[in-house]
Amino acid sequence: MRKVLIVGATSAIVNATARCFASEGDRLFLVARNSERLEQVADDLRARGAADVHCHVMDANDFAAHAAMIDAAREAMGGLDTVLIGHGTLSDQQACQQSVERTFAEFNTNCLSYLSLLTLLGNHFEQQKHGVIAVISSVAGLRGRQSNYVYGAAKAAVIAFTQGLRNRLAKHGVAVVDVRPGFVDTPMTAHFDKGLLWAKPKQVGARIHKAMVRGEDIVYAPFFWRWIMLIIRLIPEAVFKRLSL
Amino acid sequence: MAGNLTQYRSWGGYPRAQHVAVARPAWRDQLAAIVAESGPWLPFGNGRSYGDVCLNDGGKLIDMRGLDRFIAFDDEQGIVHCEAGTLLAEILALAVPRGWFVQVTPGTRFVTVGGAIANDVHGKNHHRVGSFGCHVRALTLLRSDGTLLHCSREENSDWFAATIGGLGLTGTIVSAELQLRRITSPLIRQQSIRMYNLREFFELSAESERDYEYTVSWIDCLAQGANMGRGWFFRGNHATGTRGPTHGQGTQLKFPIESPVSLVNHWSLRAFNALYYRKQWADRATTTVHYQPFFYPLDGILNWNRMYGKRGFLQYQCVVPPDCAYEATSEMLKRIANAGEGSFLVVLKVFGDKPSPGMLSFPRPGATLALDFPYRGTSTLALLNSLDEIVFEAGGALYPAKDARMSGAHFRASFPQWERFKTYIDPAHSSSLWRRVMQGEAS
Ligand SMILES: Cc1cc2nc3c(=O)[nH]c(=O)nc-3n(C[C@H](O)[C@H](O)[C@H](O)COP(=O)(O)OP(=O)(O)OC[C@H]3O[C@@H](n4cnc5c(N)ncnc54)[C@H](O)[C@@H]3O)c2cc1C
Ligand SMILES: NC(=O)c1ccc[n+]([C@@H]2O[C@H](COP(=O)([O-])OP(=O)(O)OC[C@H]3O[C@@H](n4cnc5c(N)ncnc54)[C@H](OP(=O)(O)O)[C@@H]3O)[C@@H](O)[C@H]2O)c1
Repeated sequence: MRKVLIVGATSAIVNATARCFASEGDRLFLVARNSERLEQVADDLRARGAADVHCHVMDANDFAAHAAMIDAAREAMGGLDTVLIGHGTLSDQQACQQSVERTFAEFNTNCLSYLSLLTLLGNHFEQQKHGVIAVISSVAGLRGRQSNYVYGAAKAAVIAFTQGLRNRLAKHGVAVVDVRPGFVDTPMTAHFDKGLLWAKPKQVGARIHKAMVRGEDIVYAPFFWRWIMLIIRLIPEAVFKRLSL
Repeated sequence: MAGNLTQYRSWGGYPRAQHVAVARPAWRDQLAAIVAESGPWLPFGNGRSYGDVCLNDGGKLIDMRGLDRFIAFDDEQGIVHCEAGTLLAEILALAVPRGWFVQVTPGTRFVTVGGAIANDVHGKNHHRVGSFGCHVRALTLLRSDGTLLHCSREENSDWFAATIGGLGLTGTIVSAELQLRRITSPLIRQQSIRMYNLREFFELSAESERDYEYTVSWIDCLAQGANMGRGWFFRGNHATGTRGPTHGQGTQLKFPIESPVSLVNHWSLRAFNALYYRKQWADRATTTVHYQPFFYPLDGILNWNRMYGKRGFLQYQCVVPPDCAYEATSEMLKRIANAGEGSFLVVLKVFGDKPSPGMLSFPRPGATLALDFPYRGTSTLALLNSLDEIVFEAGGALYPAKDARMSGAHFRASFPQWERFKTYIDPAHSSSLWRRVMQGEAS
């Protein structure tokens, strides 16, 4: 039975992953900032077979609360061997361009809160010498584009940070998984028109679960984003800067 | 909260509707704000209704699929409490390994709980357990004025009766509590029996009622004369052992694109019906099968409705009372065979006499015939009109979940409680079907 800490438990993608853990009878510790919705998620995961489900209300941007939250998770589950961090906000690029404060706020949510959690968890897992830590980054972190480079830059930092942590923890038997979703039809992207490239959270959640169980390194979800991003990254900067992406 | 408006169609693809907006709530607490905005609104389940009962032309939809959480699953009592957008498939995936099964299932498991309640759907065991609504213990209904009604047989029982079979018009069903039934195996012990004519169908139905929980039959609608009504009778029970296939439809095929023209025509039909009738040598065969192919033969091919092409197709399902069931059914089969328009799926079943709980519930004692027709314009409509004559002469009814064309007069004849029902309609809700059948009525 896994002992799973899930940060961002009310997210559609994270929730879909949590359902996979629940149906395998794992023990879950859920973290989110909306307590009423968190309880609804917990009820669902209990019904789906989770061994037990604990709820912890926390704003990810309350960095000072991170250490206590991790202690509470270890205490409640009698240990901790699996982590998924997936909360986030899709930054309003136009608004960020007009406000340094706004840009930094997005960095708090999508980057610094991740770095804080990963720092604390990294030390725990390094000592423990087993387990899996997974984060949800994004294909948007692989190349800055005018339409959302604040979000992209925050995700890019998470990607590089995770890569370094993986390098450090690999010697200690700990897997660090970086999941890079493409377009996923969730509340975060409700205002977009959906075309062929769009995936459902259920499909992406199942892929994340598989990657975590296997301890994979870098995962594109769905897989074809690996090839799309390869092409996008191959475009020479001299050309790329003229495109409106 | 915009979704892709064009993806909201009914299963038959006819008629098409233009919606002005679709709300896609992800949480129960978002519903009240949605229906407080100007409508008219209609909840949309999983679009497995065939006609226009799930459409709201010129109005707005609430896509309920985002509300698919379980609230509680009582392993001991077999009670599941879930949000209304949960699919029966999701309930079965959870319940079957724990030894429970839904009491009533339609011929596809990709329907939502809310949709199953709003059409008060029936299954192959209607003669035993009645309709879906008979096993709803309670539901919560959100009205557009923000009131949340807890409804059951004891509490707000009139709202309960209006909402079961209420066609999405009484408000939005937020969640429901369903009673499941015990099983000891995911398998079904099924018997298929060749029928040579329609008489045999009625004899087999009567004979099977006591010992078989599930009965249904497939009729070759092109057979005429002495062969009229030939086909296969299927009956089955939940198996008690555990030997047999352990998986249902592991991989699903998908009908890839919408065919530009209907692939269902006179020749393909004739070939299919003739082949299907000869599908096995023996007149009787008993097999043990997984529950999925038994209940959901079509769920193995996602989007099979696309084979009917862009013009879509019409379903037709009626029920005729027991005393004239044989005469009315044989007259209908005669007209269908003469017209040479038929379908892959002609299904005939006898309903039992367990009362349906909804004011507008379709299931009632008698024989129910269901068929689909590729939509070929006026010739198709003329045939259906001529079937209507037989149905209403006999004092029967048509099923709204499969209807795109019945007249207001026929709707009112089918559902004598419609006037009482009207007083329960939420002022912010409406549907294409409702406006169609109420045309000319003072509202
Ligand atoms: C292959 C196939 C086989 C079938 N076999 C059978 C059968 O054997 N027996 C049978 O009875 N039916 C059968 N049907 C029809 C199907 O079971 C019904 O049409 C069912 O109601 C569809 O459910 P849905 O979730 O797709 O709802 P939709 O089709 O999307 O909506 C149906 C109705 O429910 C309302 N509704 C949906 N959700 C809510 C909610 N939360 N609150 C209030 N109203 C709501 C809608 O407004 C609409 O009026 C079959 C359909 C198919 C495609
Ligand atoms: N959807 C896509 O196309 C896509 C693509 C690539 C990557 N991603 C990434 O996938 C992850 C999940 O997103 P999603 O698509 O599932 O969207 P979602 O359903 O909108 O989930 C986002 C979640 O993050 C939570 N959150 C935001 N700020 C928070 C904070 N300060 N503290 C705690 N929780 C906070 C939100 O909680 P509240 O409900 O309380 O606001 C919400 O539950 C995100 O990291 C996102 O960047 C998504």
